[in-house]
Amino acid sequence: MKNNKPIKVIDTVYRFYRDGFRGMTLGKKLWKIILIKLFVMFMVLKLFFFPNFLNTSFHTDEEKGNFVLEQMTRTANPGK
Amino acid sequence: MIDIDLSMVNWARAQFALTAMYHWIFVPLTLGLSFLCAFFESIYVRTGDREWRNLTKFWMTLFGINFAIGVATGIILEFQFGTNWSNYSWIVGDIFGAPLAIEGLFAFFLEATFFAVMFFGWNRVSKRFHLFSTWMVAIGSNLSAVWILVANGWMQNPIGMIFNPETARFEMNSFFEVVFNPVAISKFVHTSSSGFLMGSLFVLSISCWFLMRGRHLQMAKRSIIVASVFGLLSSSYVVLTGDESAYEVAQKQPMKLAAIEGLYKGETKAGMVAAGILNPDKKPGDDQDPFLIKMEIPYLLSLLANRSLDSFVPGVDDLVYGNKEQKIEGVESKMVKGKMAINDLAEFKQAKKNKNSQQAEISLEKFRKNQDYMGYGYLDKPEEAVPSVAIPYYAFHIMVTLGSLFPVLFALFLFYGIKDSLPQKKWLLPIGLISGFLGLMAQEAGWVVAEVGRQPWAIYGLLPVKVATTNLAAVNVQITFFMFLGLFTLLLAAEISIMLKQISIGPSEGELK
Repeated sequence: MKNNKPIKVIDTVYRFYRDGFRGMTLGKKLWKIILIKLFVMFMVLKLFFFPNFLNTSFHTDEEKGNFVLEQMTRTANPGK
Repeated sequence: MIDIDLSMVNWARAQFALTAMYHWIFVPLTLGLSFLCAFFESIYVRTGDREWRNLTKFWMTLFGINFAIGVATGIILEFQFGTNWSNYSWIVGDIFGAPLAIEGLFAFFLEATFFAVMFFGWNRVSKRFHLFSTWMVAIGSNLSAVWILVANGWMQNPIGMIFNPETARFEMNSFFEVVFNPVAISKFVHTSSSGFLMGSLFVLSISCWFLMRGRHLQMAKRSIIVASVFGLLSSSYVVLTGDESAYEVAQKQPMKLAAIEGLYKGETKAGMVAAGILNPDKKPGDDQDPFLIKMEIPYLLSLLANRSLDSFVPGVDDLVYGNKEQKIEGVESKMVKGKMAINDLAEFKQAKKNKNSQQAEISLEKFRKNQDYMGYGYLDKPEEAVPSVAIPYYAFHIMVTLGSLFPVLFALFLFYGIKDSLPQKKWLLPIGLISGFLGLMAQEAGWVVAEVGRQPWAIYGLLPVKVATTNLAAVNVQITFFMFLGLFTLLLAAEISIMLKQISIGPSEGELK
């Protein structure tokens, strides 16, 4: 005989979430806000305005480390 | 010294401050209100009284709105790390990676499971499992704050790491030291207890509004009693943890303490300024009086800073110019050592490039001798080590004044709440109504003290903000600053309008579905 217990658990969890989302009223409005916010954050801000400077300028960790080290030691006359 | 656009540094700082302060509107309310929901629901499960159930659902709805609007606003800070603070994010990547990854995983699993039960589970899971989920959300939200505060604590007091000059990164050599950093611990207990206080003030505010309008009286009175007990305990604890925080600041960041007290010349038996107006023309090293007017509590600053009434508390001038009598090394001497460290680092880099391993070893050994002063080597003059005094000074005194008033406020509400005479106390209700706003003011002031007082350092003593930034044109940051300002204002307006609508609907009909 096949053990259907794991499938039943998955089905119960699925129905729990499905019915929960379907029954939302105010929650729907809040989810819309969350999704719009995430869209603006990840698809607009992150993509067009917040590139990761080191990741876009360099390929390897060694290059990134060298660049930062260069920035840290690029002083006019540090000994004076 | 560093050819970086300083106005860009200031815009990047302003943008980070704007985002962090906006994020901080939501976080303390989540920390505190989650526990209050758990208390309310526990009473419902214990008594079986449906009124407590409705009351729990009402506050849970407001908790849900706050959570939905606030969720992920912290991610914007991480965007800024990569774009505006790329040197910093590279340098600290090894330290911050673990705590932030743990926080992300924790938050994800918590939100995906127990949050869903909390909001979808009424009538669908057992009462006890639902209560368990509510408690898990409260505990989990607070625990996830641990990790971000561990990261912040490390920036204030960097320990448990070593600088690797080959990769230009601080590498963790003791997870234990980083996690149990005394600054991180005092920061966590102070921050989380102030979040409990904020949640209690929020409940008090809205309940007072109901009492003033003569609506939902039973629910408002019950909410006030629970919030007052929780608020009284947490506000008293905030005072204790604040004392511990001040002690840690005095030991690890004496310049910050000097700034928040407007103390320029160190004193033994130093008094704490209870109230005062700073002299705006005062500069480090001059002979002007730092205050136009002030009222002091004798001995208190010495007691707070060193647990001793007659101890010496260094002022800005002692820390900048040194004080031989007190064996305090001045910034100028630290700058010399810092510049030597940077020179040695540059030599090490060159030797490595030339594949001269013997020279690299010598340079590294020299670097290690002065590496703890490296950050000072980037300063152009000793006075640069002084943060703005006015901003942390006024923020600190606003925070402390409000923080001292809150226990009294909760005691009054508890007293009259137990006597069941709150609706008749017309003088007290408006104070309760505005208390949520005052709590928010104290919360924001606390972060201003912590972060503005840390300047000019991104990592205390090791990396000034001007070296931590990316070399971008200021205009890039200005554009995104105003974009954020617009976005945040919109989101805040949405939160306030949705919340006000739910509050006006009231408890019985206002549950979140």
